[in-house]
Amino acid sequence: MRNLIRLCGDQARMVHDDPWLLLGEGTNEPTAPLILPLAEWQAQQAPEVLAGERSSPHGVLLQPDDDPETLRPWLNVLPLIAIGFPSFSDGRGYSQAYLLRARLGWRGELRAVGDVLRDQLAHMRQCGFDAFAVRQDKSVKDALKGLAGMSVLYGRSVIEPRPLFRRRG
Amino acid sequence: MYHYDEYDRALVRERVAQFRDQIRRRICGELSEEEFLPLRLQNGLYMQKHAYMLRVAIPYGTLSATQMRTLARIARQYDRGYGHFTTRQNIQYNWIELEQVPDILEMLAEVDMHAIQTSGNCVRNITTEAFAGVAADELLDPRPLAEILRQWSTVNPEFLFLPRKFKIALCSAEQDRAAIMMHDIGLYLYRDEQGEMLLRVMVGGGLGRTPILGQQIREALPWKHLLSYVEAILRVYNRWGRRDNKYKARIKILVKALGIDAFAEEVEREWQHIKEGPAELTEAEYQRVAGSFEPPRYQELADVDLAFGSRLAQEPDFARWVERNVMPHKVPGYASVTLSTKPGVSAPPGDVTAVQMEALADWSERFGFGELRIAHEQNVVLPDVRKQDLHALWSEACSFGLGSRNIGLLTDIIACPGGDYCILANAKSIPIAQSIQQRFLDLDYLHDLGDISLNISGCMNACGHHHIGNIGILGVDKNGSEWYQITLGGAQGKASALGKVIGPSFAAEEVPAVIERIVQTFVDYRAADERFVDTFHRIGLEPFKERVYPVEELAP
Repeated sequence: MRNLIRLCGDQARMVHDDPWLLLGEGTNEPTAPLILPLAEWQAQQAPEVLAGERSSPHGVLLQPDDDPETLRPWLNVLPLIAIGFPSFSDGRGYSQAYLLRARLGWRGELRAVGDVLRDQLAHMRQCGFDAFAVRQDKSVKDALKGLAGMSVLYGRSVIEPRPLFRRRG
Repeated sequence: MYHYDEYDRALVRERVAQFRDQIRRRICGELSEEEFLPLRLQNGLYMQKHAYMLRVAIPYGTLSATQMRTLARIARQYDRGYGHFTTRQNIQYNWIELEQVPDILEMLAEVDMHAIQTSGNCVRNITTEAFAGVAADELLDPRPLAEILRQWSTVNPEFLFLPRKFKIALCSAEQDRAAIMMHDIGLYLYRDEQGEMLLRVMVGGGLGRTPILGQQIREALPWKHLLSYVEAILRVYNRWGRRDNKYKARIKILVKALGIDAFAEEVEREWQHIKEGPAELTEAEYQRVAGSFEPPRYQELADVDLAFGSRLAQEPDFARWVERNVMPHKVPGYASVTLSTKPGVSAPPGDVTAVQMEALADWSERFGFGELRIAHEQNVVLPDVRKQDLHALWSEACSFGLGSRNIGLLTDIIACPGGDYCILANAKSIPIAQSIQQRFLDLDYLHDLGDISLNISGCMNACGHHHIGNIGILGVDKNGSEWYQITLGGAQGKASALGKVIGPSFAAEEVPAVIERIVQTFVDYRAADERFVDTFHRIGLEPFKERVYPVEELAP
C-alpha cells in the first residue's frame, strides 16, 4: 500500500515497502497479501482459522456498517485490521476504532484506509489508529504534519484514557 | 464566569494557529472546498449569500464586559458595525472576509473566547438559561456542569463527524427557560432528598423538518455519570444514526425508529461498559469548575427600595418596563434585567450595534459585576442589578435604543437572519418581523394582550424555533416565490408543545393582517386575563381558522 504512515511508539514513519493491498487494488502483484472485506474474509478462511487455531494470511477490512464485535472470535488470528472511510466526513470509523481498542482489546495494527486526510489524522490517532493509508492523490509528507494535532485533549481517548480533569495539575 | 487556565488557553490558541494554516491551504488550493467545508464549519465559519458568516461561541450565553467589548471591536473593525445574537446564545457576524478570520479568532482568544464547534456535525454550544445562578426559582446552578460538558465535547475526537449536528441543553429551575425538550439531549438537574445532584435525561428532541419533543430516557442519573452517559448516547448515535439523508440524520429520527425503550436499552448496554471508568466525574473537578461560578459579593440590601417604589408609582412607562423586563433575583434588593434587542422596525431581532455593545458592557460594570448573558430569545440580560439602579439603567437603555418594554410580548419576535443573509433560507424573515412590529405599535394594546411568543424561521431548519412559538411563521418556497406558513399553539418550557399548521400559506404582504386576525380572535375568545396559549388550548384551531380563511366557507 502506498502513502502509508505508521506509528511506532511515539514515532511516525512513512512506510515505503508495505506489502498489503486492498482486495481489487493491485492486480499486477499477485503474491501480495490482501486485506479483504469482512464477508470475503470469512469466505476465504480455512476452518482452522475460523476456529481460531491458525493465523490468517489475510487482513480484514471493516466498512462503516460492520460491527467490530463480529471480529471477536478471530482477534488472535488476524494479522491486521483496516477500517474504511468511504468519506472523511463519515465518523463511524472513529467509534469502531474505539471499540476495537478499548473494548475488544485489539493490539495489532489498526489501519485507516479510504478518504484519509491530513486534517483528520490526529483524531484517528486519538481513537487508536496506528497506521494511516493517506488518500493516493495527497502528499504523505504533508499529511504527517496533521498527525500531532493539539497538545490539549479535554476528554479521554484510546491513547489517553484519563480525561483532562484527572490529569490537570 | 468560568476562568480559563493554561490548558484552556493553549487549546484555543493552538486551534487558531491550526485554522490559520487551514485557511492558508484553502486559499492556495491545497485544500479543496469539499475538504475545507467541515473544517471551517467546526470553526464557526459559514458561506452565506454575500459573504462569510462567523458564529462565535458564547458558552451558555455568559459574557464578561471585556468580552463584550471585544465583540464590539470585531463588529466595528471587521464587520459593518453590528452583530446578531442567535437562538443558541451565540453571536454571528455577517460580513466577514476569509483572510481576516484568523485575526478575529486571535482577538477572541485573547479574551478566552473562540468559535469552535458553533457549526458542523458535532456537539454544538452547550446552552442553559440566561438567568442561571441568579433566578429566584433556581434549584441549583447549572453552569458548572454546562462548563464540564463544554470541555468534554470540545474537540472530542470520536464525535466530530456525527451524522448531524448535536445540541445539548441544561436547566435546573422550576421553569424551563432553556427549551430542554427541543434538544438532542436535554438535562434537568435537581437534588434528591439526601441532597445529591441528579439528572433527568431527555433525548431525541429537535425542530427542523421533523419537529419532535424530547423523551425521557433516564431519571435520577447521579451527576458523576453525566459524561459517561452522554458518551454512551453519542456512541450509539454515531454508530447507528442515519447518514443517507441529511433530513433524517438527527438523533430524534433514530430514537423514533427504534422507539425510546429499545434506544434506551442500547444506550444502557453501552453505558455499562464505561460508567465506572475514568470518565466518572470527580468531586474535585466539580469544585474546581464551580469555584469559577461563586456568587459575586452582593451588598446587603433591603428587598424594598423606597426610591424605586416611588418611581414605579410616578412613571407608568418605567413601571411597564419593570413589569415586562425585570425578573426576580435570589438576593434581596437585586433584580435581573432583560434588555430587549427588538425595538421594532428600526433593527432586526437580535441585532446589536458596536455602540450598543459597548454601552451594555459599561452598564454591566456600573450596575452589576461586569457580567452579561445572552438569552435564547436573542435579548441581553444583566443578571445582577440593584433595584435602586433600575431607573438609571432604564433611562440609559432608552437613549441607546435598548429600552423596549416588550419582553414576552408579541413584538419580542424571535427570528433567524432569513433570506436576507442565509443561503439555506426559502424566504426572508426580517422584513416579516418588521411588518408585524409595524402593525402592532400601540404599546398599551400589546401590553394588554400579555404573553404571546412569535417565532419566524426562513426555512425548515427552524433556527427561529417557529414550532415552539405561540404563533409560528415558516418561510416556504412555492414555485420560486416566498410564502409563509403559520402555526398556532406552540410553547416552550415544561409544557412544551409543537404548533399546529393553521392552513394554506400566505404571501408576505398578507402576513401582518393575518396575524392581526389571529390576535383579534384571541381577544374575542379570551377569558379574563388568559394567556394566548391557554385560550388556544381551550378553544382549539377552528375559531382561528374560520377568521383567517373566511372565503372558504362560501363553497357548499
